[in-house]
Amino acid sequence: MQETNHEKTENGRYGEYGGQYIPETLMTELQKLTAAYEHYKKDSEFQTELHNLLNNYANRPSLLYFAEQMTKDLGGAKIYLKREDLNHTGAHKINNVLGQALLAKRMGKTRVIAETGAGQHGVATATVAALFGMQCEIYMGKRDTDRQALNVYRMKLLGAKVHSVTTGSMVLKDAINAALQEWTQRCDDTAYIMGSATGPHPFPMMVRDFQSVISKESKAQILKAEKRLPDAIVACVGGGSNAIGSFANYIDNPEVQLIGCEAAGKGIETPLTAATLERGSEGIFHGMKSIFLQDQDGQIAPVYSISAGLDYPGVGPEHAYLAKTGRAQYVGITDDEAVDAFEYIAKTEGIICAIESAHAVAYVKKLAPKMRKDQIIICNLSGRGDKDVAAIAKYRGVNINE
Amino acid sequence: MNNLTQVFKKRKAFISFVVAGDPNFNATVAHVVALANAGSDIVELGIPFSDPVADGPEIQAADLRAFKDHTTTERVFEMVTAIREQTQVPLVFLTYINIVFKYGYEAFTKRCAELGVSGLVIPDLPLEEQDELRPFADQFGINLIPLIAPTSPVERIQKIAKKATGFIYVVSSMGVTGVRNDIQTDLKALIENIRQVTDVPTAIGFGIHTPQQAATMAELADGVIVGSAIVHQIASGSTRQHTDLALTEYVTQVRTAIDKVSIAQN
Ligand SMILES: Cc1ncc(COP(=O)(O)O)c(C=O)c1O
Repeated sequence: MQETNHEKTENGRYGEYGGQYIPETLMTELQKLTAAYEHYKKDSEFQTELHNLLNNYANRPSLLYFAEQMTKDLGGAKIYLKREDLNHTGAHKINNVLGQALLAKRMGKTRVIAETGAGQHGVATATVAALFGMQCEIYMGKRDTDRQALNVYRMKLLGAKVHSVTTGSMVLKDAINAALQEWTQRCDDTAYIMGSATGPHPFPMMVRDFQSVISKESKAQILKAEKRLPDAIVACVGGGSNAIGSFANYIDNPEVQLIGCEAAGKGIETPLTAATLERGSEGIFHGMKSIFLQDQDGQIAPVYSISAGLDYPGVGPEHAYLAKTGRAQYVGITDDEAVDAFEYIAKTEGIICAIESAHAVAYVKKLAPKMRKDQIIICNLSGRGDKDVAAIAKYRGVNINE
Repeated sequence: MNNLTQVFKKRKAFISFVVAGDPNFNATVAHVVALANAGSDIVELGIPFSDPVADGPEIQAADLRAFKDHTTTERVFEMVTAIREQTQVPLVFLTYINIVFKYGYEAFTKRCAELGVSGLVIPDLPLEEQDELRPFADQFGINLIPLIAPTSPVERIQKIAKKATGFIYVVSSMGVTGVRNDIQTDLKALIENIRQVTDVPTAIGFGIHTPQQAATMAELADGVIVGSAIVHQIASGSTRQHTDLALTEYVTQVRTAIDKVSIAQN
């Protein structure tokens, strides 16, 4: 875990974004969590145990793979893929879950709850709960339990109870609402394992720190391979955990361009989008001041993306800050572009990546040809795509019997 | 001092809650008038929010009914204007911070003052985040009514209580709004902790639905807040006249129960 404790993260603020806008019932628990995190962050025994789990259980460090075929085909910058898809459970989510669950254990919690969109965070949470012998309950929108049925069954196999959430638009935001409500009901023995760099302080900071292992490794790996820093980092952004983890150790290297790819769904000009930073406005929701897709009254908008993991009307406060200060750029990638990229990377590199990650690949396809051959892009492959195969087939009009 | 605090001087206060626009504009106006005439001392008007994380199923459903009638923040303000033509019952808004933030803290609190709305209850605006709104609330004389929860430690309770104006909303139990048959929090100790630092009145809410429960709570606090049970009456009323009658009858029952406590304690 990397100490990226910029001054601006004090009090959980990133500029004006962040904060702790949460019911009083949870405030004391959040303060306990903050204190515990600050303590264990500096505790060498905790850090050693986490490091061991990351390396020996989760398969870290993940590879930084030179995508030679893609590089040749696109004819521009050298493309490296940071292979978070090769982690145990198939996504970056495990980095954060191991950290938060270990902290929960230290705090004496015996039960964990979590929300999940694509199911990857739910699977990671169920996995670590199984490993640690903790009870686990996962909240997932009904639309997502339908389109990510495979992951629902994986969670059940791991011993978790999965709640299909039928309120609101029945996607990730509604799952977060339900999980927060459950936590309000029961927090003495229960830890909420937040799946993205979102929510009230200390979650955005904690998740960023736990995920920053991605950029800590990639920086060392690229320096070893190329003897220099990359020119651009590209990552997909739902709530923003894999992106902030991919960016964290480069934020203070202004020569490295940071690019987040949001889900534009059917297009950012349409209501069927989840491109928060391009289409959203300032607001306060899910415990944080940030940017949200909402109407002029502040009612949170129903959002849409083919990707359950990016189908969120907000974004973590640090991304809102990086966008506002111009340190990072955010672009929208449509469903069509993402599906094309999903197929493209499968055919050129033999990698079936998550549909979420395919949003980053889609932007690399546009960016690389515009760059010089001596320039370098690192694209974060946040997860693997087994979970998406059936849905992509359906998108292409092929019905497969699972 | 102000019209909210005043209310608690006379008797144990009964505070009713409805969602504005549930199930429509005119019904809300009629319901608030009925609740006031039947003996509510304060009416809390909920401005519906798309994602009411502090609310249980009953109030979530009410929010949906209000949205079905195209309730907007502006429409809620118009409802208050219509309500004010018929009753001067003290009103407070209960809503989520994003609604207030989006309208603009200054514009919102100014509007409250113009409409004669005395306070704001914002469940997702804890003490630590109130500074951004408080200067405007103070400027326009709007009470920020804080919530205190069963999980709040003594030191924190007293910090919150010291800043309170209007009244203090004591959350009876863990979890979200919704009727409960069993309230286990040691509310007596909690309220004693508040009393050590302030005279601002206290009202207990979350879960209260029977007149007996209301009386028990009125023995501990200066007032009781009933939300989901009233919203339930609105949801199950077949016609508006029917609902108005049911609300009147319900408030009368609770009123009678807590008035007995007022008399016994005086
Ligand atoms: C593989 C994968 N990538 C990305 C995301 C998006 O989340 P975040 O923006 O927090 O990285 C998800 C979320 O479910 C995911 O499963």
